[in-house]
Amino acid sequence: MNIGTLLAIVFMVGGLFFFTTATIGLLRFPDFFTRLHATGKGDTLAVLLFLIGFFLYEGFTITGLKIVFIAVFMFLAQPTATHALSRAGLRCGVIPWMKKGDTK
Amino acid sequence: MDIFFLVMGMGLCILVLFVLYRVVYGPGVFNRVAALSAIGNKTLIILLIMGFVYHRVEMFIDISMVYALLNFIGTIAASKYLEMEGSIV
Repeated sequence: MNIGTLLAIVFMVGGLFFFTTATIGLLRFPDFFTRLHATGKGDTLAVLLFLIGFFLYEGFTITGLKIVFIAVFMFLAQPTATHALSRAGLRCGVIPWMKKGDTK
Repeated sequence: MDIFFLVMGMGLCILVLFVLYRVVYGPGVFNRVAALSAIGNKTLIILLIMGFVYHRVEMFIDISMVYALLNFIGTIAASKYLEMEGSIV
């Protein structure tokens, strides 16, 4: 087992950890915006870590190049989708969660 | 290394089952769309792991790429439609 495979294992375990935290946030947070905050950033980072791990395991081939392309695309597309969804929620009147005595 | 990929795939499948709770019971349509986007991300990684398990990555990488594009376009289309529709929450 060479050093690239070892690094790939480390990156993939990190990716699974961040997927788990994003899922816990999606299940446990109190309203829509906080859930989107957890899953938007956590999922982006987890997908990027997994794709870096796959690239290190695969090496410099045409498949590795496609994996890099998917990583760049996800890095651009996932924040865009999260932003569009949260803006639609705010304009449709989803009320943000506040603490008990807080009015504004 | 095959055992490692299998364990990763099983962990991701269990996470998809947990996110499916938010899709089924989530209050309002926005929670459901957000959870579906999260399931799409996990499915993209599961497809690549299936490719590595079956030693056919050069075929599964194209499917995964198309799945990433469709997930993005689906989320954008759903959010634009809900924004156009007005307050249905």
